[in-house]
Amino acid sequence: MIELDDVHKSFGKVEVLKGITASVEKGEVVCIIGPSGSGKSTILRCINGLESYDRGGISVEGTRVDRNAPSIVSIRTQVSMVFQRFNLFPHRTALENVVEGPLYVKKEPRVQAMERGRALLAQVGLAEKADMHPPQLSGGQQQRVAIARALAMQPKAILFDEPTSALDPELVGEVLSVMRKLADDGMTMVVVTHEMGFARDVADRVLFIDGGVIVEQGPAKSVLNQPQHARTQDFLRRVLHPL
Amino acid sequence: MQGFWRDTVEFFPILLNGVALTIVVTIGSLILSTLLGLVWALMRVSDIGFLAGLSASVINVIRGIPIIVLLFYLYFVMPDLGVTLTALQAAILGLGIAYSAYQAENFRAGIEAIDKGQIEAAQTIGMGWWLTMRRVVLPQAVRIVLPPYGNVMIMMLKDSSQASTITVAELALQGKLIASSTFKNTSVFTLVALMYLTMSIPLILLVRHFEKRAGKR
Repeated sequence: MIELDDVHKSFGKVEVLKGITASVEKGEVVCIIGPSGSGKSTILRCINGLESYDRGGISVEGTRVDRNAPSIVSIRTQVSMVFQRFNLFPHRTALENVVEGPLYVKKEPRVQAMERGRALLAQVGLAEKADMHPPQLSGGQQQRVAIARALAMQPKAILFDEPTSALDPELVGEVLSVMRKLADDGMTMVVVTHEMGFARDVADRVLFIDGGVIVEQGPAKSVLNQPQHARTQDFLRRVLHPL
Repeated sequence: MQGFWRDTVEFFPILLNGVALTIVVTIGSLILSTLLGLVWALMRVSDIGFLAGLSASVINVIRGIPIIVLLFYLYFVMPDLGVTLTALQAAILGLGIAYSAYQAENFRAGIEAIDKGQIEAAQTIGMGWWLTMRRVVLPQAVRIVLPPYGNVMIMMLKDSSQASTITVAELALQGKLIASSTFKNTSVFTLVALMYLTMSIPLILLVRHFEKRAGKR
């Protein structure tokens, strides 16, 4: 459903993506791992047109991603995104954050959108926080609201950009368990993460990216347990045994 | 002192007529400058090069012309070009245009202070440029913009006195007329100053309120 074909992208003189070719099937959970600065987040941001790319092609369900074309709006409503720093709208309550897209982009009837919004908040375990503003919520709660906001668009896939990296360690679990439930329900997910445990247990496939290229990819367990490539082995050793 | 009270009783009602016009000019040009300033600011932050460039030039031209010259131009030159404005219309238009440049820069600063992540979040739920502005950026920018906006209100109240140069009989001109016909300069201009101050105080309190509220979050 998401296809990347030889995608290149430079920021000024620095080439961050040097020919990425990959695909994500419907219902698949793909984790992207790799050192910081390797281009992981850029890949996600290119898929929903937050960044442009220089060469190659990206398509979502057969539609080419072009951030300057009108079709980008429909692509973005099909492929939601969850950010590292949540990016909730601080001037709106949790529920208002969730229903913002359905009400103003999809023009759903208010009563129906609100009802669905409350159900989504309940699904991420925050039914009783509906009327709180983001600054009143913990990081983990904010990220779960952000996931509910992404779900409210009834997307075909969700992109997660290091969703737990900005969280205190004790709050990581609540977000990962919501994500795991989504995966179990068959949601298509592309997750940039440093949570190797999550990748091993939940992902169908893992891509290891370094220096703007896919160094190694395959089923999660084989990449993480028996990495073939020296760079993958080195990276995993440093992540799993930092001391 | 006794003379001052007697003069006050005598001149206050006349000066009050001036106050009414001062308020009309201030509110009129405040509304106009806010709307125009918002248009310049939105043009400036749009990604359309032509609009951004146009807005930058307009702002610089306006900033480079003294208010008084702008007023003279509207009131004395426009009739030669076939557009006749009343003094009041010219005053509101002139002050509104002049202040739109400062309003625009203030609004732009507020808009640009909003975290990029907010705009990206809006985009990822499919919002276009205008919807993002209206639902996400502007409501948050208002908080940032309000304290300086209050200061602009106070400056406008005082600069409305420049309308006197094109015959708008607002407070300053009323004062000048009374003074030159009665020679009671001290009483009259003391009164005029006190009346401007009285009108400023609520605005000063309003700015303080805005600043406190902006500091909270």
